[in-house]
Amino acid sequence: MDEIFGIPAPLLFGQLLLGLINGAFYAMLSLGLAVIFGLLNIINFTHGSQFMMGAFVAWMLLAWAGLGYWWALLLAPLIVGATGVIIERLMISRLYKLDHLYGLLLTFGIGLMIEGVFRNEFGSSGLPYRIPNELQGAWDLGFMFMPIYRGWVVVFALACCLATWLVIEKTRLGAYLRAATENAALVQAFGVNVPRMITLTYGAGVALAALAGVLAAPIYSVNPQMGTNLIIIVFAVVVIGGMGSILGSVITGFGLGIVEGMTKVFWPEASSTVIFVIMAIVLLTRPAGLFGRA
Amino acid sequence: MELNRRSLLAAGTAAAIAPLSRARAQANTIRIGVLTDMSGTYRDNTGPTSVASTREAVAEFGTSHGFTIEVLEADHQNRPDVGSNIARQWYDQGVDLILDVPTSSVGLAVNQIAKEKNKAYINVGSATADLTGPQCGATTLHWAYDTYMLAKSTGGAMVRAGGDSWFFITADYAFGHALERDNANFVRAAGGRVLGSVRTPFPGTTDFSSFLVQAAAARPKVIGLANAGGDTANCVKQAAEFGITRRGIKLAALLLFVNDVNGIGLQTAQGLVCTESFYWDTNDKTRAWTQRVVRRTPTNYPNMIHAGCYSAALHFLKTVAAMGVPAAKASGLDLVNRMKAMPSEDDCFGRGTIRQDGRRLIPSFLFEVKAPAESRGPWDFYKLLQTTPADEAFRPLSEGGCPLVRT
Repeated sequence: MDEIFGIPAPLLFGQLLLGLINGAFYAMLSLGLAVIFGLLNIINFTHGSQFMMGAFVAWMLLAWAGLGYWWALLLAPLIVGATGVIIERLMISRLYKLDHLYGLLLTFGIGLMIEGVFRNEFGSSGLPYRIPNELQGAWDLGFMFMPIYRGWVVVFALACCLATWLVIEKTRLGAYLRAATENAALVQAFGVNVPRMITLTYGAGVALAALAGVLAAPIYSVNPQMGTNLIIIVFAVVVIGGMGSILGSVITGFGLGIVEGMTKVFWPEASSTVIFVIMAIVLLTRPAGLFGRA
Repeated sequence: MELNRRSLLAAGTAAAIAPLSRARAQANTIRIGVLTDMSGTYRDNTGPTSVASTREAVAEFGTSHGFTIEVLEADHQNRPDVGSNIARQWYDQGVDLILDVPTSSVGLAVNQIAKEKNKAYINVGSATADLTGPQCGATTLHWAYDTYMLAKSTGGAMVRAGGDSWFFITADYAFGHALERDNANFVRAAGGRVLGSVRTPFPGTTDFSSFLVQAAAARPKVIGLANAGGDTANCVKQAAEFGITRRGIKLAALLLFVNDVNGIGLQTAQGLVCTESFYWDTNDKTRAWTQRVVRRTPTNYPNMIHAGCYSAALHFLKTVAAMGVPAAKASGLDLVNRMKAMPSEDDCFGRGTIRQDGRRLIPSFLFEVKAPAESRGPWDFYKLLQTTPADEAFRPLSEGGCPLVRT
């Protein structure tokens, strides 16, 4: 059997693939963050809780309304996105003129409150959610056993990232959004309702987090803490990719997923730290991030 | 009110007497502090249900003993520094017993403070067997379970059933290391082999698929999960997803509570083997007790930690009643020695004794998680496979290395 650095090649390929799958989650979450930061200048620390809400809404739809995974994929982002719109209108919109720090503190506080409410209501040990029947089973790739559901996660996440990028970079709506970040007053003077556009952008970013939550529900434990662990890593991903850079966050998300996957093979104890080491190095050498504009 | 000399005098006397009577009331009040995880990953396994179980013990003990009882609660956030601060403050403010304290790192930290302050401390929630081993304290008792008992019951049984080669997935902190160590010893002693282990960062690991694939690649017969709470749930869920159990590799959840099974769901958890010292559906007494506790926490059934909090609090109160409040308050050491001398009895664990090193002896039960078709309703999760008697369930007194044990 061929070996690479003392590890059998099939095992290494398997780990690369798993890293890519985790990268898909990082990419989807950091995408939402990048969209919100790029267009609203708000560092959305509620993102982890909104990811968790996506998974919980999927569970509620199944347990209380009998609506399965496919409905959840459609409805959960809409429902959680709507709560995002309310939060933006009632609270975040009051902070645009202030320093970034205020938005960060507010969203962090809201995140803690949401988590607390879910913990009080549903406890901490989680809720069961199954992989939909259509995506049960696995492919034998020769070098590893690949669950069909994980393949679906990668494909779906890539499609979402591509769609988001196309909307922002290639459509008229995207052009308005980008123009509004450069000079909101001027865009408003052309008759575009900028505040409404910003509200909807926040809702869309939140919906992306919820969508990632629905994708995660069948494979991760659905509990109120599920976003907390992930969100810190995702912030590091956004910082490495360059705050606000959409393409940067997607590429970095997938790339760091792979780096983390490899660390899990060679030095498992360091796998939760490696991303922060990379973040420190990137910040020292390129403070604006790999894809950011200085 | 009209002010005159008489009313002023009366008010002055009342003001002078008030602190006196308050002090007298305080001297006649026994205070139990439940220090637990109210907001983190172990909340359901300990947390509010530990508090509810303690209150149940107080209610059962009754008010006819000539002293009042106060139950305090606090969240240690699974952080040794936070736990130590609260413990110090509580003992200084006259708390007579600190109870529960899950998370081994916090449990060991509070142990030091109880020693220093000569105050009673009953740990129920932490797993590490070091609490009655090298780190044992003269004022410390350890109640419902420990890593040695889990390892002996689950690990020993799996090796006997043919699972003689193991790979461990271990949470990288005091608890995970102790659980892996104790299990590996049993596997080797029973003639099995340990093929390897992987240490996973705690907290902060969500995806275990990479570790599970590494474990499966070593081709063990058993993958031992030396972790707890959400980590175990994620491992079990993802092992099912990656078809690990379908390929004939068995999963041993080395610490699994009935609440975790509820979170994972029977569909995924079925067939898992685990050890607890209490299960609500064991006999009429445990069922009746559970109904009383569930009234206080309707969404969460009690596990062995909750039963332990009840059992320990009840034994503590009986001891205080036997020796009198002033004597109990005067010295934690005398109080705990008296607790060790008295036999303990309650609805959850029946009759039992406490050893010199602070270990409450309890039988351990090996359970298998039912398939969905076998379960008759909510929380009907376990089938009993085997019972280890109380005197065999825990590490022999002579092997623990506890300095209190005179040889």
